[in-house]
Amino acid sequence: MKLSRRDALAALAGVGSASLAGCSGDGSTSLPVDSLVALAETLYPSAAAGHREFVETYVDGRTRGRPAEREALTETVADLNDVAREWYDGRLPGLARADRDTLLREVGVETAAPRRDGTLAERVRRVVDDLLYAFYTSPTGGELVGTSNPPGYPGGTASYHGGR
Amino acid sequence: MSRAPSGRADLLVVGAGPAGSLVAREVAAAGHDVVVLDAGPRFDDEDRTERMAAHLRPDEGSPWPRDPERDGYTTGGRPYPLAASRVKGVGGSTLAWHGMAPRLRERDFELRSRHGVAVDWPLSYADLRPWYARAERALGVAGAADGAEGPPREAPYPMPAFPPSASDRILAEGAASVGLSTRTAPNARNSEPYDGDSPCVGYGTCRPVCPSGAKYTAERTVAAAEAAGARVVDRAPVRRLRVDGDRVTGARYTTPGGDHVQAAREVVLAAGGVETPRLLLLSATADHPDGLANSSGAVGRYFHDHLFAGVGGRVDRETRQHHVGFHTTESHAVYDEADPVVGIKLEFLNDAGPTPVGVALSDGSWGDELADRVREAYGGHLAVGALVEQLPDPSNRVRLDPETVDDTGDPVPRIEWSLDDRTRRGIERANDLQRRVLEAVGADLTWTVDAETAGPAAHQMGTTRMGTDPTESVVGPDCRAHDSRNLWVAGSSVFPTGGAMNPTLTIAALALRLGSRLADRLSGERE
Repeated sequence: MKLSRRDALAALAGVGSASLAGCSGDGSTSLPVDSLVALAETLYPSAAAGHREFVETYVDGRTRGRPAEREALTETVADLNDVAREWYDGRLPGLARADRDTLLREVGVETAAPRRDGTLAERVRRVVDDLLYAFYTSPTGGELVGTSNPPGYPGGTASYHGGR
Repeated sequence: MSRAPSGRADLLVVGAGPAGSLVAREVAAAGHDVVVLDAGPRFDDEDRTERMAAHLRPDEGSPWPRDPERDGYTTGGRPYPLAASRVKGVGGSTLAWHGMAPRLRERDFELRSRHGVAVDWPLSYADLRPWYARAERALGVAGAADGAEGPPREAPYPMPAFPPSASDRILAEGAASVGLSTRTAPNARNSEPYDGDSPCVGYGTCRPVCPSGAKYTAERTVAAAEAAGARVVDRAPVRRLRVDGDRVTGARYTTPGGDHVQAAREVVLAAGGVETPRLLLLSATADHPDGLANSSGAVGRYFHDHLFAGVGGRVDRETRQHHVGFHTTESHAVYDEADPVVGIKLEFLNDAGPTPVGVALSDGSWGDELADRVREAYGGHLAVGALVEQLPDPSNRVRLDPETVDDTGDPVPRIEWSLDDRTRRGIERANDLQRRVLEAVGADLTWTVDAETAGPAAHQMGTTRMGTDPTESVVGPDCRAHDSRNLWVAGSSVFPTGGAMNPTLTIAALALRLGSRLADRLSGERE
């Protein structure tokens, strides 16, 4: 099931950032889009497709006008890539999906609580949770688990009583 | 903005929730000088979506700020989660409320006459009926007059009802099979554009935050009051009332910039079922050693709430939970029964079970493994909730706790609360009906909120009760304190009994009635 820009905009609307979505570049730190897409391919179910447009739109909108947030995200991904290079001889985009999955578990992300200024596992967990939030509040993410109108997505008042 | 006092106001209102803002709007619209003081801040509309996101993330707690230093409290008896059951700020607890807006039923005003328990209200349903109609227009209520049991209405609801949900249709089959009628739930939520505000767009997070503005909050009424000339001051908790004989002359309040006194000809307390009696008790003087307006000793006593009872289960069908965040069907079928004597309103939930994002952010895993777990956790939930009436008991009370003080050094409220046998029997009856409805549709029952685990529905009532006898009640039928010539109370603290209906529409009806009378009174004085 293909994730779309509409999905990303819906997810952005659910975090209060929709108005700035979709315009790339704001003169501050550039985003590690390839690595974030690689992460999303690991985090989202295998039935999902269209990760690049979704992730790029969502993360750009989410961090636009928030330079500290953008910097923290970029630094966390860089630190995770350093570990990936050390343990798996390559950055996230070059690793197999199974290796990315294992890397996240080996870093301790599975059991970490999200924390912006925490350990690498805690910082990565924060990034992971934000990408999961985007997916599971989007219409396509909702459809993949059984709802066309997940909480956080303003999907109207038809689906709850059986309409579309 | 300046938080310094205005000149002597015609009316001072303490609290900018639905009760206070409706009184303020009515009086300001009649051309009188109105000042409203609220303890909490104004919240920016622009932050509403971020608040929703905070609510959906399981680790971020309440989206409405809590200040344990400012809002401390203690409890005795059954725990009462006061911090979680109110919002301090402009708009009050309607910022976080569910938005359910039923009228009380005729029986609720006549418990002593009909059943020999509690007290009658000094008003009847017929007395309040025209004010209910006005309240439904003020809040913007969507509904349908489809309840065979009444109560009688004089006009349609201002907006058409939200249709029954997919899960309502399943549960209605179960209800019918055990002899329970169902009806549309009235919602203070726009089913179509209303008074410049959006219709519901289905964010599914009504409680505790509606980003679209479709759910009524008292911010709307505050805006109307301000447009009519009222002055609303935030972050200005009132700490003492000033008195001269049997008149209140004003109030002392504390702001970030210092202490002030606002003088006024008339004073309305609308600070909720806990802070209103607390302020009266804090305002004790040598002439009023037990607190203001408390010659009856009833200030703070007869505290009661509704109890939430519920049963949930799962079926092997699509139930479409969490598409919206409000109820669309309820049952009053057993509400008027005599055994148990307490009222019971059954509610079919549309938000049973966990949300997909809630599971996703609390599970720890990802990928297909997580999607499988979310799918398994999300689907097929059904639940029937209930509000159960609690009869007033003088030993359930709000008092001052001299052992604990807030950030200004004032004693915090202490809530002493317990459940009586009648309420327990009401919860047991609700649970029995809920189980039967769910079993009739083949649900595997998974959880029960019973008499041991039931919590309050955040409807604090009874602590400045209304009555005709000054030795047994705090305010008269006109909501003026028996002991004062110019002190009035708006809000659910005046309810002698609370039925089993969400109280906000009744709060609004009484506030509109009081506002109208105060406007007339002030106009009469001016002529």
